[in-house]
Parts: sequence; C-alpha cells; structure tokens
Amino acid sequence: MDYALFLPEIYLLITALVFFCQSLWKSSARLNQVIALILSGIGVIITFYSINLTGELFHKAYRIDLFSQIFKGLISLGLFLIIIIGQKIKSIEDQFQPEFFMFLNLCSLGLMLMVSSVELLTLFIAMELSSYSLYVLIPIRKEINVGKMEAAIKYILFGAAATGIMLFGMSYIFGITQSTYLADILNKMPELLGQPVAVIGLLFILCGFFFKLAVVPFHFWTPDVYEGAANITVSFIATMPKLAAVALLLRLVSLAGAGAADLIQVLVLLAAVSMTFGNLAALVQKDLKRLLAYSSIAHAGYVMLGALTMNTVGFAAAVYHITGYLLMNLACFLVLCSVSREGENVTVSDLSGLYRRSPLLALTLAVGAFALAGIPPTVGFTGKFFLFTAALSQGHLTLVIIAAVNTAVSIFYYLNIVRFAYGKDPDGLPEVTLSFSNRLLNYGLIVAIILMGALPTLFIDLAKTACETIIS
Amino acid sequence: MDFLIPNQLNYPILSTLIFLPLAGAFVLFLIRDEKAAKIWSLIVSLVVFALSLPLYFYFDPATYKYQFAEHSPWIPAFKINYTLGIDGISLFLVLLSTMLIPICILASWKYIEKRVKEFLFCLLLMETACVGVFSALDFVLFYIFWEAMLVPMYLLIAVWGGPEKVYASFKFFLYTMAGSVFLMVAMIALYLTAGTFSIPQLMTYTYPFNFQFWIFLAFGIAFAIKVPMAPFHTWLPAAHVEAPTAGSVLLASVLLKMGTYGFVRFCLPITPQASIYFAPYVLFMSIISIIYGGYVALGQTDMKRLIAYSSVAHMGFVTLGIFLFNKHGLEGAIIQMINHGITTGALFLCVGIIYERSHSRLIKDNSGISKIMPVYIGFFGFFCLSSMAFPGTNSFVGELLVLIGAFTDNRLIGALSIPGVVLAAAYMLRLLQKIAWGRKGDSHLSDMNLREIVYLAPLAIFVLWIGFAPTPFLDIMHATVNHLVEQVQSANAVALVR
Repeated sequence: MDYALFLPEIYLLITALVFFCQSLWKSSARLNQVIALILSGIGVIITFYSINLTGELFHKAYRIDLFSQIFKGLISLGLFLIIIIGQKIKSIEDQFQPEFFMFLNLCSLGLMLMVSSVELLTLFIAMELSSYSLYVLIPIRKEINVGKMEAAIKYILFGAAATGIMLFGMSYIFGITQSTYLADILNKMPELLGQPVAVIGLLFILCGFFFKLAVVPFHFWTPDVYEGAANITVSFIATMPKLAAVALLLRLVSLAGAGAADLIQVLVLLAAVSMTFGNLAALVQKDLKRLLAYSSIAHAGYVMLGALTMNTVGFAAAVYHITGYLLMNLACFLVLCSVSREGENVTVSDLSGLYRRSPLLALTLAVGAFALAGIPPTVGFTGKFFLFTAALSQGHLTLVIIAAVNTAVSIFYYLNIVRFAYGKDPDGLPEVTLSFSNRLLNYGLIVAIILMGALPTLFIDLAKTACETIIS
Repeated sequence: MDFLIPNQLNYPILSTLIFLPLAGAFVLFLIRDEKAAKIWSLIVSLVVFALSLPLYFYFDPATYKYQFAEHSPWIPAFKINYTLGIDGISLFLVLLSTMLIPICILASWKYIEKRVKEFLFCLLLMETACVGVFSALDFVLFYIFWEAMLVPMYLLIAVWGGPEKVYASFKFFLYTMAGSVFLMVAMIALYLTAGTFSIPQLMTYTYPFNFQFWIFLAFGIAFAIKVPMAPFHTWLPAAHVEAPTAGSVLLASVLLKMGTYGFVRFCLPITPQASIYFAPYVLFMSIISIIYGGYVALGQTDMKRLIAYSSVAHMGFVTLGIFLFNKHGLEGAIIQMINHGITTGALFLCVGIIYERSHSRLIKDNSGISKIMPVYIGFFGFFCLSSMAFPGTNSFVGELLVLIGAFTDNRLIGALSIPGVVLAAAYMLRLLQKIAWGRKGDSHLSDMNLREIVYLAPLAIFVLWIGFAPTPFLDIMHATVNHLVEQVQSANAVALVR
C-alpha cells in the first residue's frame, strides 16, 4: 500500500491522537489552541501537497483523484480557518478543549474519508465517523442556555433516521446490482433506471446527504442545532459537512446520468422548496445563527441547481459555489464569534453600530453578507451566476426564475444585517478588540471572497477537470 | 471582432479610468491625516478627469463602432471576456462621471466630518463602477459594475445620510437589486441563445419575438426602476433626501443615467421588435412620469424632495425620446441625459451649500436670501432656469429635440407632454421665488466661498455651452444614433415582411 496517498488522513488521525493524549492530563487551554493551530496549519500544507496524487486503495474501495483531493484540501483549509477563529474560544470550558479539538479532527477525518469513498460500505463507515464526532461536539458548550441538549438530541435523532433511510436505499441498490462498488453500479444503472426501485434506492441514499446539506425536508435540525451548539462548533457544522455532502451528492447523482428524468424531477422540486422555504423563514429571524441556518437551507437549494444539471459545467459550478460558501460563511461566523463576548448567542441587534465598534469586523460582515446575497464582484455572485447558467442551459427555466426571485427576497435579510452594522448607533455596546491572527483572517477572507469572485478562472477550470473524472 | 476599433491611444485608457480610482481608493488606507486624504482623492479624481479628456479629443465621430476598445479573455469556461469600448452615446456619460467626482469631493470638503477616509473611499469606488458600467461591452462585466455600484452608494446613504437614512438606503438597495436579478436571468438566457456575452455580438442576432418579449420585460423592469419611471419611482425621493450632497449628486447625475443608458444600449438594439411592441406602454409611462413628477414637485416643501421629483419628470423626457425611435428623439434623449446630469447635479450642490449654512432643507427656512447671498442666488437662479428648459440653456435644446421627435412621431404624444414643460416652469419658479424673494431670511448666512464657486462654475459653463452651441455634442453622436435607428427600423421591417 502506498502510504503517501493516505497521508492527509493519517495526519489527521495523528492529530486527533495528540489531543487524546492532551485530554489525559490537565493542560492549559492556550497551549491546546496553539497546538491545534500549528498542527492544522501543517495539515493544510500536507493536503495541498498531495493534491495531484491519484490512485486506489483498499481493494479499490477508496479512490484518490483530483475531485477528492480538492475537497480534502478544502476540508483541511476550512479546519485551519475555524481553528484560527477559535483561538480564544469563549463558548467552551477550558477542560473540554482537548476533547473538542480531538473530535473536530476526527470529524474532519471522517469527511475526508467520505469524499474518497467509492464503495457504499466504506462510504457509510466514513460518514458515521463524522456523524458520531458531531453528536459529541454539539453538546460541548458552557452552561449558558439549556438549548444545547435539545440540539444534540435533535441532531442524533434526525441523523439516525436519515442514516437509516440511507442504509435502506443502499440495500435496494445492492439488491438490484449485486455490488456495493460505485463503478459497478454505474455500469449497471442505465438499464435499471426504468425500474422504480433503482430511482428510489438512489434517492434514499441521497437522503443521508440531504440531511447533512440541510435540504428540505431534512432541514428540521438546522435552526435548533445552530442555536444550541457553541458558536465555534456551528461554524464547523455550517461549512465542513456541507462540503463533503456536496462531493457525495455529485458522485451519486452522476451514477444516474442524464437519463434519470424522474430523479431530476425530484431534485428540482427539492431545490425549489429548499430555497423558497429557507429564504422565507430567514426573513423573520432575530438570532444571527438561526438566520444563517435558514440561509444555509436556501444555499443548499442553490447548490442543487448545479447537481441536477448532470453535466461537468453544472457540477463544477456546484463545487465552486460550495467553496465560496465556505469562505463567506466563515466570514460571517468570524464576526459572530468575535462579537459574542462570553460565547453567548448573538442577535442581529447585537450588531448595532458595529462599524464604530470595530470597522474591520463590520467590513468583513458586509462583505460576507453581500457575498451570501450574491452581489458582484464577490464569490457569491459568481457562484450563483455559474449555477444559473448551468441550470438554464439544461432548460430548467422555471427553477432558475424561482431561484432569481429567491435571490431578490434574500437580499432583505442579508442587507438587514449590514443595516444594523452600518446604519444603527452602537447604543452603549462595547468595542470589539481583535487579536493579530483574527485581524489577519479578516483581511484574508475579504480578499479571498472578492478575488475568487473576480478571477474565478483558475478554480473553475480545476473544478471542471475534477468533475470530468466522476462523470463518465 | 469587427465592432471594435482598436485603441487609438498607445495605452489602455478605459482600463486606466476604471482602475486608477480603485487603486487610489486603496492608497487612502495608508494615509493617516484626513486633510491629506481629501487632497489625495481630489488629486486622483482630477488626474482621472484629465486622463479622460483624450477620449473626447481622439474620438472619431464618423463611425458608430466602439472606440478605444480593449479585449481580452477573462473567464473562458463561460466565454466571458473583458471587453471595453465607447461609442457616441457612452462617451459623454463617461466624461460626465469623471467630471463629477472631483466636484463631489470638493462639495464634501467641509460637509463630511466623520469617517472622511471611508467616505472618499466610497466616492472613488463609485467612480470605478460608473466608468465601468458605461464602457463595458461584455454583458457580465456590465452586470458586475452595475451591481457593484450599489454597495458604495448604499453606504454613502446609510452611513453619512440624514435622519431617515436607514429606511432610505434600505429601500434604495432593495428596489434596485430586486430589479436586476431578472436582468441576470435575461443575460444568461441571451447567452444560451446567442452563445456569447459580447454586447455588440448580441445585437447582431435576431431572436424570435416571443423570446424578445420576455427579455425586454426583464430588462425593462431593471432599467425602469433605475430611471425611475412613474410606478417604480418611490425609492428616489427617499434616497435623494437622505443622501449626503455628494450622494445625491451622483445618484441624480450618474446612477439614473444607467437606467436610460440600459434602454439605449440593450433594449433597442437587442430586442428591437419587443421595443416597438412595448413602445406605446413605455411612452405612456413616460408621459405619466413627466406630468406626475412635475405635479408632485409643485407641492413639495423640502428643496431636495422637489428636485428629486423634478428628476422623475426630466427622466420621463429621456425615456420618451428614446422610445420614439427617431433621430431627433434619441439625440434629444441623450443630450437630455447629459443636461439632467449637469443641471440637477448642480441644483443638489446648491441645496448642499445652503444646507451647510442653515442646516435645513426646507424652503421656508431658507427663504428671502437674495440680498444676503447674492452670488449664491445668481448660480441657483441660473440652474433653476436651466432646469425648466429656458431658451439658451442646455435643457432647452434637449427638450426641444425630444418634442420635435414626439411631434414627428405622433401629435398626440407631443401634445400630452407639453403640460410637463409648463409644470417645470411652475415648480422651478415657485422654488426660486421663495428662496430668493420670500419672507426676509436669516442674515447670518455667509455667501458662497471660492471653493463653492470653483465647483459650480464648470457646470454653469456647460449649461451655456450646450445651450448655445450644441452642435459639437450632437455631431459626436450622429453616427451612433443613426446606426441605432437603423437597427430598430430594420428589425421592424423584418417583422412587417413576416
């Protein structure tokens, strides 16, 4: 076995073990945070170093290709950024921080395994590794409110149900194709697609990812988990599992190919309902995390636009958009975590006069919110533009018009955030001071959101090449 | 690319005009002193203005093709190019934008006291976006500038605006953004039909009428909100009243032009048949705008609000001229776009000057100042006369051309728009009368200082220049307008043959 192929995963496992050891004795929180920062920084380098590797492992159940490596790079990058945001974690007690970092790394490991799995059982185990880590992560939070247990229970129950449905779907697919390898399934799928059982089996498997992505009707956990879990945990849940879910969504949807009209119909419906519901519900939210939760439901709908095109351009657009989503969401969560003084939840009115309390944070928030709203020249606009173009080229005119109307609706609540930050007076709210690393991250995210939006060619071409490998 | 005439100059002039203000804006962050920041941005904007003058001197009026063109691939995966170029229509709008930014900076010299650097940053960003909108020849590039312009404008109103700034800026942003999402869908639909985002290439393609119908509607909503035409105008008074002086000036002089520019650049050449089909409705809405805007302006007590409603009326003349599809109407409309930019911008500057002294925009608080501020009243009265299209001023030329176009096309349309001219005289004279000769006002007000004279004087010169000698301006647009009229007429002929 070629260990170099598996290096990013092994590295994450080692990192998790380091924190396991740290949890055995009393250690200072600051030390753990610094260790986490350094280790995840090295992780990014290792993952990016292995981005051009290709190969197969474990009896061809595990494939390393450009597609999986891009996602692994994004996962390690996201983890690194989240750990920078969490350099002064206020929402988690010091003594639980080694465990927090351990599960954070384990969950990322699970997500990395997911994007490389090309066999159903491997995929299932990888997914469970990430899910179980999250089940533990959600209730790790200071005793500020009682919502955290509700959040954890909800996530477990919905997660278990979704996993059950997914397994059920896998059994159908195995039943009709006699294989758990995606490559075999792909070969047999075209002739089987006429049978309802194939479509239903595939849809049921997709349910597991719809749950992670928070697509209606698997979205019920989202607002409560966002509200109940610690701010730093939510910035993880809001971004990373979605990356892996999109990767798997694309891999599995491509199994059906363009012939699966029924499947596409269902995806169209889910996309339309998701964005409409998410945006409408977000309009009335007062808690910033709940607002971002509903916004994530809406964005799940937008990403589906790319998945249901069944072609490289659409898939690349989806990969591009979810990458942009990682950046713009982290920008918002960076502001949220910095504004929250004792790790409490932040309401929209807590942002009042942010431009006087911390001009840099206000700018980051504005850029993040405008990007989520899809205003050029940010990555949010470019992503939406690619998605709309891809979907329209496949004739989904109604869906694109629904998406456009939704974009118009969503501006209200994104702009509302900016309105509080720039239009209102601070009303006695304290100034926010930022650490050096935090400042740096602010600048980095602003530049990344705008640059990636204005000059998308490099990434979109890479994504296109990557997606060609999964569509055959 | 035979629509583009390669750049006549040996440097990329349009890119310079777009990105120099942007670079200058970022340098602002390195400057600590506020006074130095003001001087720096004034220098940057003056340099940009000076650099934009070669556009006028080297412009070839004999051709309708796009000049000073730059072309390079940008996002090949979606066939998006970085294409710039200007023709006889956009030339003046680019020049207007570059001329107004230094004026805006001068006008805000004392008025803006808090967050000066950020304010100047937003102004320079606006310059980038405005020049970008008028010189982009790729639809995606156009759209990006068109939308990106919203953010600095929003901040200008939301941070430095008046008491109702939050409401006004919110409404401004929501209205314009809601209009333009459909522009995006239309843009993508055009791309998928014609296979290109290049605006000149999109014009050469003949689309089925049904397709044109929907594209026109999507375009029309976006542009009508921006102009704004009568039922979509409600964001305008709020935004104008609350915006700081520089914001009002940019809003009136440049942003509103983007709507009418959109009609000229996109609706007429790309969807000519639909334009002809919808023309009666647009003409109807224009006349409503002219009469309604004038009528409402008559009853205003707030100077800025009055001028804002007068904008609705003036822009009504512009859309009227555009949708007549004849040479006089179109040239009148384009001249009127420039006129409105100069005159209304100047009027907002005048309101800003008096507001800095009396801290009120209400007519009754500023009345009877002709003896106290004679120079001010001189300028103010002059621009009021220009606004009501007094012969010898710029607006007279524009409105006359539009009316000639209207009467050539249909006497009814001409007759219906006449009351607008009368109303303009009524509301402007009422304003002037009260401000100049009303109840005796506060004698503590000081007259205009040199800085204020310096930034109003160029606008006054243009009022007279266009008023007395419009030929150099009209000459430049003849070729472009003729070509545009041909495009529409030939599409009409094709439609009739079928």
